[in-house]
Amino acid sequence: MKKQTLKQTAIKAAKSLYNMLPIILGIILLISLINVIIPKAFYSSVFRGNILTDSFIGSFIGSISAGNPVTSYIIGGELLKQGISLVAVTAFLVAWVTVGLVQLPAESMLLGKKFAIIRNIIAFIFSMIVAAITILFLGVL
Amino acid sequence: MKEKKKKKSYGKWYFLSGVIVIYLIFLLIKPSIVAASFDFFLSIITKIIPVFILVFILMVLINYFVEPKKLIKYLGKKAGAKGWIISIIAGLLSTGPIYMWYPLLNQMQKKGVRNRFITAFIYNRSIKLPLLPLLIFYFGWAYTIVLTLVMILASLLQGIIVEKILEV
Repeated sequence: MKKQTLKQTAIKAAKSLYNMLPIILGIILLISLINVIIPKAFYSSVFRGNILTDSFIGSFIGSISAGNPVTSYIIGGELLKQGISLVAVTAFLVAWVTVGLVQLPAESMLLGKKFAIIRNIIAFIFSMIVAAITILFLGVL
Repeated sequence: MKEKKKKKSYGKWYFLSGVIVIYLIFLLIKPSIVAASFDFFLSIITKIIPVFILVFILMVLINYFVEPKKLIKYLGKKAGAKGWIISIIAGLLSTGPIYMWYPLLNQMQKKGVRNRFITAFIYNRSIKLPLLPLLIFYFGWAYTIVLTLVMILASLLQGIIVEKILEV
């Protein structure tokens, strides 16, 4: 195969990014909408005080939320102040960045449906495990 | 093949149209939500333009300079520890939202890069180096260090598990 020129390579890259544009725009529009619809106060109202169920709830809320991780730190900090356990808050923080229900359509279209679904399910389970291990370690330290 | 390609390219337009329909419905029910969302949308767009340029440059550079053979050697079927190290470091260093990286990852996947490395990259991407000071500010040093290390280890395990399930 003949090596492509830099210009040809650039055109090819531009084309594949252009092909992605509707997906990227759609995802950003969805993220924007969810950011506005879910008020910050909603997050603290769903926890029940049980470490196990709270971790699950934390992972779940983190998974359906989207946006800048900074927002999750701020919400996580607030949750801690309200007495929510650090395990639940950690599960929430980890799921926020590793599980992306909003991005799922884009991930499926570009990396394969099966890959995207399995990766997100495993990341969901992992968010609780990572949280538990982190807190266990912190307890030992 | 051609037909499949055509169908694929319609899918993403259906997706965008679907999202626009949701916006139109909200416009009828509560226009203020749409206005606020659109403001937020614009703020994200301005923030990701530099990332978009970075991804474009990386795609061109990788395609131009990295031979597919090399890519396969380090990140393909027979890749070993180096593959993990490359995907972890690349994931840690990459910036911006993850969906900006899907086109590049898609390209890598097509060239034969293993799913375990793509998974590990995505997982490590969630550790944002520039945001670590903020995480320390909110949750303390010890917490940030332990969480980051546990997440890097989790990325390895996750990559292996996801790939194993995909192979079934």
